[in-house]
Amino acid sequence: MQAASLVMPTRRDYSLIGRDSQLAVESGLAAAEWYHTDIPRKQMKELMKRSDGPAIRDTAIWLGSMLIFAGLGVYFWGTWLCVPFFLAYGVLYGSASDSRWHECGHGTAFKTRWMNDVVYQIACFMIMRNPVTWRWSHTRHHTDTVIVGRDPEIAVMRPPDLLRVALNFFGILDVWHAMGDLIRNALGIVSAEEKTFIPEQEQPRVVRIARIWAAIYVATIGLSLYLGSILPLVLIGLPRLYGAWHHVLTGLLQHGGLADNVTDHRLNSRTVLMNPISRFIYWNMNYHVEHHMFPMVPHHALPQLHAMIKHDLPAANPSILHAYREMVPAFLRQLRNEDYFLKRELPPTAKPYRDEFHSESVAAAAE
Amino acid sequence: MSNWVEACTSDDIDEEDVMRFDHAGKTFAVYRSPDDKFFATDGLCTHEHIHLADGLVMDEIIECPKHNGRFNYKTGEAKGAPVCINLKTYPVKVEAGKVLIQLG
Repeated sequence: MQAASLVMPTRRDYSLIGRDSQLAVESGLAAAEWYHTDIPRKQMKELMKRSDGPAIRDTAIWLGSMLIFAGLGVYFWGTWLCVPFFLAYGVLYGSASDSRWHECGHGTAFKTRWMNDVVYQIACFMIMRNPVTWRWSHTRHHTDTVIVGRDPEIAVMRPPDLLRVALNFFGILDVWHAMGDLIRNALGIVSAEEKTFIPEQEQPRVVRIARIWAAIYVATIGLSLYLGSILPLVLIGLPRLYGAWHHVLTGLLQHGGLADNVTDHRLNSRTVLMNPISRFIYWNMNYHVEHHMFPMVPHHALPQLHAMIKHDLPAANPSILHAYREMVPAFLRQLRNEDYFLKRELPPTAKPYRDEFHSESVAAAAE
Repeated sequence: MSNWVEACTSDDIDEEDVMRFDHAGKTFAVYRSPDDKFFATDGLCTHEHIHLADGLVMDEIIECPKHNGRFNYKTGEAKGAPVCINLKTYPVKVEAGKVLIQLG
């Protein structure tokens, strides 16, 4: 791993309607051509093949476990014994929903379309992401991955706001913003930034879903008040706070500390080998370079894809801890110099980075 | 006057698959359906500048490789977000093992 920095730090403008957004369009960074590892068509077709089986199995385990943990939590409510059950329930609600939202949003989890759509809606509600808004924001994320001013899903902007990151391990700022967006959308207001990536004909759906969700939350709060107990909110809503830590733990690794404004996912995305429980919760999104290069490949085929193309990728981090040991120091250096980033080294078997497709900062990083 | 252009031979495309065909500065996608019929559409997704020939054919659907936008390649109908604009289709015929598309 090489470290890189530029002499003159520059302030990034992450607004989707700001200076860097315009610059990205003018420079050709927006909607650019991205690097892909060559894979023969026949093998690619095999990898892309859809199947209902793995996702049905995983969804049954996911929702079934939630029912069991919630049942035991409610049974032991009022005693300390309920705590471990709600902690487990919370992770399945507030973290596993993130990867289900993601995979079903791509339409790759299930072969059967309506199954993708049903799980997508359930997961969106749990993770508090409007299913229309976030479908379009994620589309942009794949078009312009970590392009400043274009990508609406950059988790850690530069210089990093580490307090924000820490609070989000408990979903605090995310939920605060999600609730603000929910109320605003429910009132019929779609923001100027949202309008940059949500087509006009889709915007009424944003409002309709926000109103349905608002009604569900009002009913849950009403039930809590009626019962004189926080229990309904512990089951619906609050798990997005107390169960968020795992999706933040894994999600920060996707692009944290790596290059921005490049058009090669090997430079701005990270693949991390993880334990099987985290991979179940995260639905194999730890293979993140592979996912961005080939978003058509379902989660269950990503390990196979990784084995097929790892000769062309930077070495995967062998564990979550290993990845944090490189990412956190990078965040700390970015506090002093926001242009600092980690440049991932390629193995000798890989095709080299094409500097002509990258910004000046990456060219400088190679020096 | 109709302008039939040879795109490929029928053996060039597997069943339930697609291939790219470039002609006169334009790019097209030629499909072979699971029931062994041939179809053709514009080659680029109507959402963004992505070649559909790198995508996945499932029954009568072509899915874009970048954002998973789905079209019915027989009718060109966009099947939902993130694709909102239908795909242009072209008449196709097979003669003596050659796949021809009508471009004018």
